Amino acid sequence: MSTVRFTDEHEWIRVDGDIATVGITDYAQNQLGDVVYVELPKPGQKVEKGKQAAVVESVKAASEVYAPVTGEVIEANQALADEPATVNADPMGRGWFMKLKLANKGELEGLMDEAAYKTFVEGLH
Amino acid sequence: MERDRITGTFTGNRGLQIEERLIFEQGEAGRTGVDLPEPPKLKDRLGGARRRGGIGLPGLSEPQVVRHFTRLSQKNYAIDLGLYPLGSCTMKHNPRLNEKLARAEGLGDLHPMQPESTVQGALELIDRLAHWLKVLTGMPAVAMSPAAGAHGELCGVMAIRAALDDRGETRTRILVPESAHGTNPATAAACGYAVDPIPANKRGRVDLEAFKAKLGTDVAGIMITNPNTCGLFEDEILEISEAIHGAGGYFYADGANFNAIVGRVRPGDLGVDCMHINLHKTFSTPHGGGGPGSGPVVLSEALAPFAPLPYVVHGKGGFRLIEHDHDDAATGKAFGRLKGFHGQMGMFIRALAYMMSHGADGLRQASGDAVLNANYLMASLKDELTPAFEGPCMHEALFDDRFLKDTGVTTLDFAKAMIDEGFHPMTMYFPLVVHGALLMEPTETESKDGLDQFIGAVKALAQRAKAGAAAAFREAPKLTPRRRLDETGAARKPVLRWRPREPQGQAAE
Amino acid sequence: MRYLPLTEADRRAMLAKIGVPSIESLYRDVPERVRLKQPVDLPPHQGEIEVERAILAMARKNLSTSRAPSFLGAGAYRHHVPASVDHLIQRGEFLTSYTPYQPEVSQGTLQALFEFQTQVALITGMEVANASMYDGATASAEAVMMAGRVTRRTRAVLSGGLHPHYRAVTATHARFLGFELDLMEPDPDGAEDLAARIDSNTSCVVVQNPGFFGHVRDGTRLGEAAHAAGALLVVVVNEPVSLGLVTSPGEMGADIVAAEGQGIGNGLSYGGPYVGLFATREKYVRQMPGRLAGETVDADGRRGWVLTLSTREQHIRREKATSNICTNSGLCALAFTIHLALLGEAGFTRLAELNHAKAVQLAERIAATGKAELVSDSFFNEFTVRLSKPAAEVVERLAKRGILGGVPVSRFYPEKRELANLMLVTATETNSDDDMAHLAAALGEVL
Repeated sequence: MSTVRFTDEHEWIRVDGDIATVGITDYAQNQLGDVVYVELPKPGQKVEKGKQAAVVESVKAASEVYAPVTGEVIEANQALADEPATVNADPMGRGWFMKLKLANKGELEGLMDEAAYKTFVEGLH
Repeated sequence: MERDRITGTFTGNRGLQIEERLIFEQGEAGRTGVDLPEPPKLKDRLGGARRRGGIGLPGLSEPQVVRHFTRLSQKNYAIDLGLYPLGSCTMKHNPRLNEKLARAEGLGDLHPMQPESTVQGALELIDRLAHWLKVLTGMPAVAMSPAAGAHGELCGVMAIRAALDDRGETRTRILVPESAHGTNPATAAACGYAVDPIPANKRGRVDLEAFKAKLGTDVAGIMITNPNTCGLFEDEILEISEAIHGAGGYFYADGANFNAIVGRVRPGDLGVDCMHINLHKTFSTPHGGGGPGSGPVVLSEALAPFAPLPYVVHGKGGFRLIEHDHDDAATGKAFGRLKGFHGQMGMFIRALAYMMSHGADGLRQASGDAVLNANYLMASLKDELTPAFEGPCMHEALFDDRFLKDTGVTTLDFAKAMIDEGFHPMTMYFPLVVHGALLMEPTETESKDGLDQFIGAVKALAQRAKAGAAAAFREAPKLTPRRRLDETGAARKPVLRWRPREPQGQAAE
Repeated sequence: MRYLPLTEADRRAMLAKIGVPSIESLYRDVPERVRLKQPVDLPPHQGEIEVERAILAMARKNLSTSRAPSFLGAGAYRHHVPASVDHLIQRGEFLTSYTPYQPEVSQGTLQALFEFQTQVALITGMEVANASMYDGATASAEAVMMAGRVTRRTRAVLSGGLHPHYRAVTATHARFLGFELDLMEPDPDGAEDLAARIDSNTSCVVVQNPGFFGHVRDGTRLGEAAHAAGALLVVVVNEPVSLGLVTSPGEMGADIVAAEGQGIGNGLSYGGPYVGLFATREKYVRQMPGRLAGETVDADGRRGWVLTLSTREQHIRREKATSNICTNSGLCALAFTIHLALLGEAGFTRLAELNHAKAVQLAERIAATGKAELVSDSFFNEFTVRLSKPAAEVVERLAKRGILGGVPVSRFYPEKRELANLMLVTATETNSDDDMAHLAAALGEVL
């Protein structure tokens, strides 16, 4: 049974056991516009909660993607190198950025669930 | 021959607009546009390091090259053609006297490493320009070598860091207004500083209290543009200056908007420690499609000793170029060298010719007319568009996109429609502190007629947007050599050069 | 005043529209005590006649390379620029246009930049090049910083054959950004062993070819040593015409090329404005500073050009930009493009051969005087000679005879007494046999 959580920087994290998949939300991809390039961390790299883990670029903007939790990168989504548009088309599915091995499951507690994130986004306008 | 589906002509040309391929698609081996004598046959001294493969450059004759670039030129907008209302770019007329003098014998043909005794006139010219810059800004010293505005910023921030190093202090932060041009934080980071943004207040100026709250003994300085990028004079500038000095920091001024105040206000009187000047903005040197520029930096007494090498000094024996810090005439504290050779001499000649042409009285009139023109735009457009702030502006007028609300027309669409009307669009989406910004700087070299024509077009477009023509705006421009270009595709799959086609021969059936 | 179109009547009408009494009142936000009441203490306006007179008076005080036979190099080279070049770059649509941020009205500039980028990639033998930088010195500093980003290492090895200004500019950036430089001693004999200085913390080794002292080398073995240690090979070129004849950086396995483009299309102009060339491998393109023109299509499906990969640049990344650079050297890059288009493959290679032949002939003439010794074992169009006296004083005496005979190495390294008798001498296609005979004779007299 996997849990999905959200950050206030518009990242999502889906946890299955010890492994977490991370990406950016539909709101984020919409704000960015057409994604042209994604800079991903390498497998083996350690990431820290709240610190930059990846960069997503559109024509006119480059945004940092922060790690929602601390962990080690197991896999980066190589498909995004050829088809960065996947982030726009399917941000919560095929547009995933990286898979992490969680260091501390407790860090998930502070993150928003789907309902809370929906409310958060509505409050932004 | 089939007719082109877009132009309806057989050639794809449209009257004076001629389609032109790349030179690589027109070249032929063995053809050249330059006649050179046959080199004598002799034993070479290359030590065996001779190029092995061919290069792949195309061969064209002189008539073909002239035609190629003439056709390309006709696809460009330019100041010589019309107004560029680009905020903070100061796109003013580029006098041709400047071009003539930059090419004069005895100036354009001097080698940078000639002995000093053979270039006294060149050193005198640099010194004369330096004098004009110092008097106009009320500052005691100027570093002439930076190659462009951003380079000048680097010079200023490096001088600040050198001064702090000299004091034995390590400070880690530089304060930069949120409205600042992107080069400001990039420069601070390039010098190893962390950038701390200062918010703007409701009046579009630096929030003085928020600024004071950020001060501390770890603040190296502040980078301020005045007038700021919203086109407004920072009326609390003297308080800001006092506060940063009181905290032991330095005041860097971005001189991009100097055109508003030249001859009327001296940055030295505002407590500025260093300010770069864009000769290609305020002092008319041409933009050349993206450069070259020149960014001399005026310096206060506190920072003057740290000016980079080289610099010109005037002694009893004539002019000297100080290239080494241990020279007797050097300060001994230069933070280093920023550029090869001595600076953008070609731009110095042009800027000096411009300054001498205007004189002190003309420069004062120029800044006044620049501010007048911008306010005229503001007054004429404020009912149809939405000004971002109240009150008079300086040399540029800032609007936001509230006037386009619910029209379905974005600032970008609006700008592209202006192109069909024969105008280069104004600056868009900058400064970031205002939503959907439109920033217009006409400069003093626009006539009232020209401005009236521009105002009429902008008003008409605004009315058309409000009348629901969003679809038409999205199609714009339609009358240019190319319509809207796919920037997303260009960034996803970058093609940054021409490549020869794969040879056909070996293909299997 | 000829550049100001507004009349007094215009000003009155505009002030009325704005609703203020005077231009001065528009400056109401400026604190009273810093408003200047009078024009500053500088001369009043002047017409073209007076301005020309004043500036040409300064020009006449200089000995120029159009009048005096000139054999100067050291990073700036006197070549013949065909007459068409200057006419074309002075077309108002090129001279007075802005940066091509609105591509629909800048296809001329953008296509020319795309052609420039291709030419630079071709002559350097590299995969991709940018739309130019300020000059060769800043380009080489940027190359070192880029190597640091790519390898995530902090120490660069700089050859003793690298132009001293380039070394100094890199050192300035190193000081402020906190990376280290291993600066080799100046290398007039061309004998340094750079490979021995590479270790696991080396980001790059920077070598100039032809070197400051003239030496021409194939850096392939050095490149292999660098790559074996995970470092990059940065090749610097001061004289772009040399690329028509000598081993290209690409052929040597260079990862980044930083060069001065002045020698093609651009005059000497007392040191500026010049044009930096920058090229690298495709895989590093997102780490490359500077502007880039890219190919794309428009809404009708027709090929066109745009600035691209802008997210590396300051106006978007702000403090995370690859560099703070805003400008390229647009018009100088255009002059380069036009000159090289006129030359083509046949012209460019012939020009290079001619330059080398002239230098070989000049070196022989100078050696034949018996008063100067050729130091460089190989060279393209510039070589080092050892004189029997300090070169600075010889150069002054030659200047008094109306000859710009060479550049004393002591101009760059005044504190190194052992280099004081060395002089750099350059011959290009602009030097006639008479010029060269003249120099040899004059050297015979002053030495």
